[in-house]
Amino acid sequence: MLTATGKRPWTFYALAGFFALYVAFLYGPMLCIFILSFQGQGGALVFPMRGFGLYWFVDLFTQVRTGDVLGAISRSIPLALIVMTLTVVISVASGLAFRNRFRGSGILFYGAIASLVAPGLVLSIGIGLMFQLLGLPQHWYSSAVGAQLTSTLPFGLLIMFAVFGRFNRAYEEAARDLGAAPALILRLVVVPIILPGIIAVALFGFTLSYDEFARTLQTSGPTNTLPLEIWSMTTNVTSPALYALGTVTTAFSFIVIAISLTAIALIQRRRFGRTLATKPPVAAGGGAAGG
Amino acid sequence: MSARARVVLQVLPLTAVLLAFFVVPILFVLAVSFFHYDDFGVVPAFSFENYADVLSEHLTLDLYLSTVRFAAIVWFFTLLIGFWVAYFLVFHVRNQLVAIGLFLVCTVPFWTSNIIRMISWLPLLGKEGLINRLLINMHLINRPLEFLLFSDFAVVVCYVHLFTIFMIVPLFNSMSRIDRALFEAAMDAGMSRLQTVLFVVVPLVKSGIVLGSIFVITLVMGDFYVVKVMSGGGHASVVSAMFDDISVLLFPHAAANAVFLIIIVLMMVGLILRAVDVRKELVDQR
Repeated sequence: MLTATGKRPWTFYALAGFFALYVAFLYGPMLCIFILSFQGQGGALVFPMRGFGLYWFVDLFTQVRTGDVLGAISRSIPLALIVMTLTVVISVASGLAFRNRFRGSGILFYGAIASLVAPGLVLSIGIGLMFQLLGLPQHWYSSAVGAQLTSTLPFGLLIMFAVFGRFNRAYEEAARDLGAAPALILRLVVVPIILPGIIAVALFGFTLSYDEFARTLQTSGPTNTLPLEIWSMTTNVTSPALYALGTVTTAFSFIVIAISLTAIALIQRRRFGRTLATKPPVAAGGGAAGG
Repeated sequence: MSARARVVLQVLPLTAVLLAFFVVPILFVLAVSFFHYDDFGVVPAFSFENYADVLSEHLTLDLYLSTVRFAAIVWFFTLLIGFWVAYFLVFHVRNQLVAIGLFLVCTVPFWTSNIIRMISWLPLLGKEGLINRLLINMHLINRPLEFLLFSDFAVVVCYVHLFTIFMIVPLFNSMSRIDRALFEAAMDAGMSRLQTVLFVVVPLVKSGIVLGSIFVITLVMGDFYVVKVMSGGGHASVVSAMFDDISVLLFPHAAANAVFLIIIVLMMVGLILRAVDVRKELVDQR
């Protein structure tokens, strides 16, 4: 059943079929709205296709009734970049600390998990009330950043656990024996080794922020982020413009994912080439999978 | 700088963010849950009227029962699908690069918008949707099936679609750490395939199952938009009722409800975590 060669058991074919069905279930619906977004002017929300063209993409960015999509995108991307940067820095720092048990490490860990699994809308309401009652102005770059960190940081921490679980401390000790200062060890030894994991954390930070809905709902202040814009469209807009927005934002996500995964793959490949006969490389597949 | 000071500096930002945007906001929710509200607005107070309201409302119990029922059904399906998908990837795909590639195929949708993925069921499940059309063309049904969209069925399909990945990832991680020699041992001991899965694999991936279950259950318990859209407004959940409250500015009522929900969710997670020390499993991987 698990030998590396030889005839495959029937269970392989059964599970392969099951897996294929799951992938179809995962991507099928998305594919439908991508196709339906390329309809002509008479387009509707269901098949069959009525005409073909980019009508609804033009409609999406030119019509007032579909809302301020471009404005929302122009806020969501910088927001995602801010959250991504903070997530990387804070996750790596705490990941370094969590390699040893320290006083309060248990509470901090469970606190992070609690903030991840707490209902997003409850946190959103809480942060909204806090800003309101303290008289602080709410903006996408203040309250929303904090709200989103409550989900991206725990994910980042979990990935750092997976990364440091495979981290060989001998490299660090060797550098210390050679007289390197802690800051230098971090920059020249630790960071290059965990780079694939750092990219994975960045990917999580960016995409989770870019798509965060519940936590942003009460915290984005007077202006909308993209998921809030999409939400208001689901209730107001009943044309394929909605699907067009789905296609645009998913395509953008796919580009971000592709860049991150390619970067990780390239690093791994270079590492494989260099250390072919010595040690197996730090597994980044597991790093990206660490959530 | 001493090692101790370094650790303090390293965990300071995380601690600060968790305090400022998780602990303190929850305390604000707690405070507002005691506030008084009437037609004129919200007034700071210390009254238990919101809790009395929430507890006396017949709706509250219904909402919790409905939400817990969804959580149970979705937990069952995500575990079933997640287990076999992870099992296939770890134990049946022989080339590790292929396995990681297929794993990423499962993960990519997680990095895209949940709301878009939810909406993408509309052209499939609707009355004139693809599935009804297909079934009618195949002469399996005469009239379109009405229960496909804006129903409990649609809500469950959507949850399973969105959340199965949260089972696959921890199960994939746990299964990857299983020593393959155990399979030979089980086979030598005369175990069947099913027995091997039940008595060797399942106990060894317990921590994966626990982590996945926590994610799926809390995600369903905390959802409001899938229930709102996919049930067509016919059903509500605990959090969607909260959403309705705050859209008419009934913050104290929503806050009392939120405090209840947090207590119940934390109790559920606590019970699950009592079974397995997840942190130990996560940190001491090798």
